[in-house]
Amino acid sequence: MKRLYQRLLEFAPLFMFMVVLAFFGAQSSRFLEPRNLVNILVQASSTGIVAVGMTFVLLTAGVDLSVGAIMFVAAAVAGKMALAGLSLPFSLLAMLVVGWLVSAFNALFIARLRVPAFIVTLATLFIGRGLGLWITETRAMNLPDSFLQFGSARFLSVPVPAWLFGMAVVLAHLVLTHTSFGRQIFAVGHDAEMARKAGIRTEMVMAKVYLISGTCAAVAALVTLGQLGAVSPKFGEQKEFAAIAAAVLGGTSLFGGRGNVLPGTLLGAVLIQTIENGLVMTNANPYLYPMITSVVIFVAVFFESLRNRVSRPFSA
Amino acid sequence: MSTPLLEFDAVEKSFFGVKVLKGVSFNIPEGGMVGLVGENGAGKSTLMNILGGNLQPSAGSLRFGGESYAPQNSGDAARQGIAFIHQELNLFPNLSIAENIFLTCFPRMGAIPLIDRTEVSRRAAKLLRDVGLGLSPERLVETLSTGQRQLVEIAKALSIETRLIIFDEPTTSLSERETLQLFALIARLRSRGLAMIYISHTLADVFRLCDDLVALRDGEVVGCGPAKSFTSASLVALMVGRTMTQLFPDRRSSTPPREAVFEVHKVRRIDVPNYVSFCLHQGEVLGLSGLMGAGRSELARVLFGLDPRESGTILLDGEVIDSLSPRDLIGRGVAFLTENRRSEGLCLDASIAENLTLATLAEHAQNPLRWLSAKSLQTAVSNIRQAVGLDSKTGDGQCVRSLSGGNQQKIVLGKWLLLKPRVLILDEPTRGIDVGAKYEIYRLIQELADSGAGVLVISSEMEELMGICDRILVMRSAAIVDELGRAEFDRERILHGAFGTEIAR
Repeated sequence: MKRLYQRLLEFAPLFMFMVVLAFFGAQSSRFLEPRNLVNILVQASSTGIVAVGMTFVLLTAGVDLSVGAIMFVAAAVAGKMALAGLSLPFSLLAMLVVGWLVSAFNALFIARLRVPAFIVTLATLFIGRGLGLWITETRAMNLPDSFLQFGSARFLSVPVPAWLFGMAVVLAHLVLTHTSFGRQIFAVGHDAEMARKAGIRTEMVMAKVYLISGTCAAVAALVTLGQLGAVSPKFGEQKEFAAIAAAVLGGTSLFGGRGNVLPGTLLGAVLIQTIENGLVMTNANPYLYPMITSVVIFVAVFFESLRNRVSRPFSA
Repeated sequence: MSTPLLEFDAVEKSFFGVKVLKGVSFNIPEGGMVGLVGENGAGKSTLMNILGGNLQPSAGSLRFGGESYAPQNSGDAARQGIAFIHQELNLFPNLSIAENIFLTCFPRMGAIPLIDRTEVSRRAAKLLRDVGLGLSPERLVETLSTGQRQLVEIAKALSIETRLIIFDEPTTSLSERETLQLFALIARLRSRGLAMIYISHTLADVFRLCDDLVALRDGEVVGCGPAKSFTSASLVALMVGRTMTQLFPDRRSSTPPREAVFEVHKVRRIDVPNYVSFCLHQGEVLGLSGLMGAGRSELARVLFGLDPRESGTILLDGEVIDSLSPRDLIGRGVAFLTENRRSEGLCLDASIAENLTLATLAEHAQNPLRWLSAKSLQTAVSNIRQAVGLDSKTGDGQCVRSLSGGNQQKIVLGKWLLLKPRVLILDEPTRGIDVGAKYEIYRLIQELADSGAGVLVISSEMEELMGICDRILVMRSAAIVDELGRAEFDRERILHGAFGTEIAR
């Protein structure tokens, strides 16, 4: 009986996903059409890619609040370069470089100088947003069509953003489950001091997860630019919370050492987007979107904490 | 005579100008088994941390395998073939057995940086067979018992070219059966020519296993030689620096029947078939014996309201307690000293004074604003420090993490004694602490009982229970199966009760 209960809780996010699909499917006939489902995947890809990087950070019991700001700075720099007449590949490279620079700063302070991740990335969040506003002069920037073309391009009839999201998920899954580095992330997340004593180079592991998170944020900025074709002062704002929500919804613990990208984070990101998409399709009151989304997140996380309580062994 | 495997040569270590190791020199022969004994704070841990590369000596040197050895981190030590089996096991519960073994040296698929999972499983399975653990290498470590986890640690040590294994208090959380299995494994490893250092407070085990002994006191080697040249008494005398004539304080031989202070009536834990009833009297020290997993700690947790109960009533001073929560119980003078001193008993990064007064803060805020009185706190702290015999070298503001196990336990006990408890439940009160501190704790238990409180002591050390209790209850499978008055105390009878075997009369 208890085992059944536990297994049910284990699949809580998947279960929620099914319920949401069934609910909106019944409300709107267009909702379950393949075209709309692909659309959901494309819309989820930006947040999803950030959430994949965030999962690495959360697994080490850290947090990266700077991802939204990284997206903004990267997009602003790329936009300026594109408007100055540089070709697309240069802009793409510049975005990655911005991601690496900011996350290298995070990594230096967190891994090397042992400043709490929350403080460091909160600082880079504000520095980044300030920098972005300065570069864009707080004006919206319309970009050349090459970005929009990139965003709507298809490869084997699947849109490029979905490909990028899929590749990020598969690559992250391989790294987390099939490489020494990946398994060591879980060890560091359980107890960094114990990991150090076990001979793991914890500083390197910590530094790498922030670099991965920064890289993912830069790629996500590219995906968003491809969809919007413009950089506004609100670009990437509160992306960090959406990403954390998606990862946690997928079962990744905020206390480190537990979680996965496949199916966890993938499911979490898609679930959040599915709800928003469904609400649009059913013409719900737009003011309700954030509230309904947060209720679903709350319920899923509540199940998650129930599961942890059930499976926690007696401290004997 | 060949060169020894490991040589300590005049090793010194100071922390903030205080010398904790004062020129330690001794050798470990190739394939030898050396017992290292000493009170907590004698410098054993510091010495082992130097050996493991976690600390660097201030002076002196080490030689391993005839070559100079100066590890800078734990990885260096492992590469040289030195493995540690720690008192607090260093395994990651969120990873599998195999992943724990190969965490820093996963076999890879040729040039591709991916882990070769089949190779990992194959090698892990072989290592598990070597240590006699018949489990799948894919099992998560969090599903294993303490004894099984220790075997995984040993398998991990064997996964590299290990030449020296250090066992640090390996038997503290093992059942008697698991201990015997461990000793058999140690014998097998010795026959392969592995050298070992065995650190323990259980002198009987040290004598049983080791060829040579080294005794430390205050950072100095005070005794070194073949095990045969020592006796338990001479070893204790060396460690303590004075002759200990008694391990336990005197217990009044007969106690007149007194009133019940804590009655447990048909209490049953959730998911457990058996219920428990017993009565704790004023001024009584009641022991709870049994094997690991007999449900003693779990019972204590239920009695203190930490885990829910299925049914049953609990009476304090004849009054039924309905709502069982730690907060209510503490308010009524019931205290519980947990078996996990570091994780549950103390705020490790808070100061001595803060830890001592944690349970009784309200008493020091008796004014309309509920403002804490620093003066009243200070008086309480200095009184209780004296009462529990806390090391006078420590300052009130010192963080508890830096103290030895014995001093930490005195702080937990002191915290509860400040509450002037009616009932004190102690779970493994002397685990991992040295002989001198143990005696102090026994003395405090006696004093508390003499003042009229009821004391319930859970312990895996039978000698301890027989030394300090008025009565012993034996548990098996979450039920009380035997009860012995002080006159009836008998090691064999308790063991038979705990194992559930018939006693031949």
